[in-house]
Amino acid sequence: MRVLRDLFKDYRFALSFLVLWFLLIMAVLSAFSPYDPLIWFHGPPNLKPSVTYFLGTSAKGQDIFWQATYAVRNSLIISVIAGAVSRVFAVLVGMIAGYRGRGTDRVLMFFTDTLLVMPLFLIIVMLALLVRERMTLVNLGLLLAFFGWAWDARVIRSQILSLREREFTKTAVLSGTGTLKLVLKEYLPFATPLIFSTLINNMAWAIGMEMTLAILGLTDINIPTLGTMLHWAISKQALFLGQWNWLLTPVVLSVLLFIALYWLSVSISEYLDPRTRVQRVGGK
Amino acid sequence: MSALLEIRNLKKEFAFGSILSRLRITAVDDVSFDINTSEIFALAGESGCGKTTTARMILGFEEITAGSIDHKRSVAPTDTRRDKVWLSHGVQAIFQNPFETFNPLRPVERYFFETVRNYKLADSDGKARTMVDETLRAVGLSFEEVSGRYPSEFSGGQLQRVSIARSLLTSPRLLIADEPVSMVDASLRMSIVNLFKQLRDEMHVSVLYITHDLATAYYVSDRIGIMFRGNLIELGVVEDVLMQPKHPYTQLLRESIPEADPNRRWTERVSLSDIEHEEYMRKGCRFAGRCPKAMEICRTDLPEDLRIGSVMVKCHLYAGECND
Amino acid sequence: MTDKARNVVLRTEQLKTFYILDAFGCEKVVKAVNGVDLEILGNEVYSIAGESGCGKTTLLKALYAAVEPPLRVMEGKVFYARKGDELDVYALSKEQKRRLRWDHISYVPQGSMSVLNPVARLRNSYRDFLESHSDGKTRKDFLRIARRHLDELGLPSKVLNAYPHQLSGGMRQRVTIALAALLGPRIMIADEPTTALDVVVQRGVIQLLKGIQETLQNTIIMVTHDMGVHANVADRIGIMYAGKMIEEAIADRIFGQPLHPYTQYLINSLPRFGDKTMRQSAPGSPPSLADLPDGCPFHPRCPQVMQRCREEMPRMKTMPGKHRVACWLVEGGVNERIA
Repeated sequence: MRVLRDLFKDYRFALSFLVLWFLLIMAVLSAFSPYDPLIWFHGPPNLKPSVTYFLGTSAKGQDIFWQATYAVRNSLIISVIAGAVSRVFAVLVGMIAGYRGRGTDRVLMFFTDTLLVMPLFLIIVMLALLVRERMTLVNLGLLLAFFGWAWDARVIRSQILSLREREFTKTAVLSGTGTLKLVLKEYLPFATPLIFSTLINNMAWAIGMEMTLAILGLTDINIPTLGTMLHWAISKQALFLGQWNWLLTPVVLSVLLFIALYWLSVSISEYLDPRTRVQRVGGK
Repeated sequence: MSALLEIRNLKKEFAFGSILSRLRITAVDDVSFDINTSEIFALAGESGCGKTTTARMILGFEEITAGSIDHKRSVAPTDTRRDKVWLSHGVQAIFQNPFETFNPLRPVERYFFETVRNYKLADSDGKARTMVDETLRAVGLSFEEVSGRYPSEFSGGQLQRVSIARSLLTSPRLLIADEPVSMVDASLRMSIVNLFKQLRDEMHVSVLYITHDLATAYYVSDRIGIMFRGNLIELGVVEDVLMQPKHPYTQLLRESIPEADPNRRWTERVSLSDIEHEEYMRKGCRFAGRCPKAMEICRTDLPEDLRIGSVMVKCHLYAGECND
Repeated sequence: MTDKARNVVLRTEQLKTFYILDAFGCEKVVKAVNGVDLEILGNEVYSIAGESGCGKTTLLKALYAAVEPPLRVMEGKVFYARKGDELDVYALSKEQKRRLRWDHISYVPQGSMSVLNPVARLRNSYRDFLESHSDGKTRKDFLRIARRHLDELGLPSKVLNAYPHQLSGGMRQRVTIALAALLGPRIMIADEPTTALDVVVQRGVIQLLKGIQETLQNTIIMVTHDMGVHANVADRIGIMYAGKMIEEAIADRIFGQPLHPYTQYLINSLPRFGDKTMRQSAPGSPPSLADLPDGCPFHPRCPQVMQRCREEMPRMKTMPGKHRVACWLVEGGVNERIA
């Protein structure tokens, strides 16, 4: 709990934490939605906000507020799957390549670099076209995870490379510590801020990517996400009809989400940074 | 006196650059010396003379290009796979910067308990604690003072003691100390150096003391080897080597140490080498370019190791006085 | 004795500079320079000795008026004497300070790389320097001045065509010092100018510093932890401990008759050739500047500690031979017999 207390002293953390809580509560609220998000015209179309329809209704006759709760939930699910799965790849590849060096490093970095130089966006678009029918939330998350780890693996590897040259590595070796223990116990604490900040950045990237694909109509547009909400709002001319509430809802929510994730990543990585940590450890 | 470690014709080459323009530097060239049981052997020289590389080869952190390191009948491995028995029970190391020796994010006691566990030195936690406490007491600390504290909470001198204590856990025969006091404050330096003497006298540990500081080397060690650009150029009992240096380089080194006495300031001027690579590449004696007594032969032939009295010197000047 | 007669070029009055650190709400005050009075004279080498973390580098920064957050001047003043006037440095504007730098006072920081632009040839660094401090000269003039300057100092002028990384550490250090001396400053400040250099190279660097000082007849304020270097170059030595100046005297007296128990430990623990007798170092460790003990900061380690030392910090007292020392032993007359 001391950790949280310390973190809350940073206004960026406090603000982004509140915003994320707000979005999370929205996502949870989706479970109590009176409407099925897949059914159209459960109400009259194109209503302005009112007491019955908190944020009005869309051209499809769906309640925008409840639709948005689903959208936030689904977007978060995609980003968490993409972020978490790609972290596993990035950490494993980065740490093993960094510590083992030589041949292992060369082979692993060959794959990483191959992934890095490929025109990711085009390939994702092409793959999305191929499997559009089966593009569930999980599949989309996994697809993004597969393409999202390469750069971070390189970042983690370079940090391990520099840690390997530090003297305490030799102390650990002279203390008889084996490779796996050494990497986990000595290096992981240094890599955590990196893993955290890349996780959050990767989540933001996944949300953005999903939105791009959805606006282009390359995902299952019936599943409500922040991206598909935008897709419908744009394709049903929300702007011309003066349905600003329909268009602005996903825009405002995604902007909030991006800013909150960014501040969270900056604040947490500053907190976990070994240099400031050492200061706090000594300071009491 | 028996030899604990026999180093014969040790050589290490490093290659730099790409395949097209490869630059080979012999960091350690044909170095031979013994370390005896319970003695402090100093290996001294300027940066880039190969003293640290020699130490890294003894520790198994660096591959050996040629030559051998023998210790008590078994042979040190020639690749980076470490001979666990020799390393754990034979040789341990202390590093230059005590703050780098330990991970700043972990309490230092972890290293002690990991050493005990990894080498199976104690069969219960209680015994392990007693053992850690005992080694810490040997360096003038106690478990209470160390327990639960992070490296940043110690002073440099204390932390260097902690580092020595950790290395003593496995009761090694040889400690390799690479510049152990250069980062320690002047007011605490002697306490560390005295500790080495105490370990030698009471626990019969040998110390390979690697340093550029000849004054402490004189104070603490029994024998000394002076290295220059990969060659061991003078070797012998410390009083002989440092009080009557034979090799012109040792003489220059000895003169260049600023003595803590305002009445003995330098008057002569020195000339410096500005291109180090050239000295490594030199065919004959590597000091010939700067040596005030250089002869024709110095530029073409590397001198043999000559034995004069108790001292070995690698210099053509003494070719006539050799008493083999 | 007036200030003019003693030719004071730099003076501080109860200088206090602290680091105010704030890491996630845990504020720390590091009292790096804690009430230092200095009077540094013209045409002398004044060197400051002390352990790492005693505030000596911070003191130099404060003297050079290069104080930036988190470092802050809490109290006290720094004066430069210039053309008969005394300038209160911290009352000057940024532009006035900039004009004093290199011209009147120059600074050689620890690790010479930071002064030289790593991607420019040295002649460009020299030109930038000259350009910002002198007017109406052509490119050729600059190059000529730089060449002549290096020649005078006995450095090969071909280094002007090299990039900093192409030079050896010792050469780089000497070039940096030469650069700091280019405009003939009255005061040169050098922070650990020989650290991390080999002894032979160190000798060359000290040779250069001494040479510059003798030619320009100016003042060098130097920090180093190597007592041998102090003995070799210093006219006067100041001993710093935990942010305070605790002793100050000419080199002979510091090495011959140190008065403060800390200085005595420092001098007596130095190994000497031809003498293998047991040397003892001071017990304990230096205090953290963020958590100083009451009274004299040395009292927890002092073998001659008295009750008074634990309560009150002694003032600097001037002894015969301009030997200044801050210790109750001297104040109470106990150490007089040594003096």
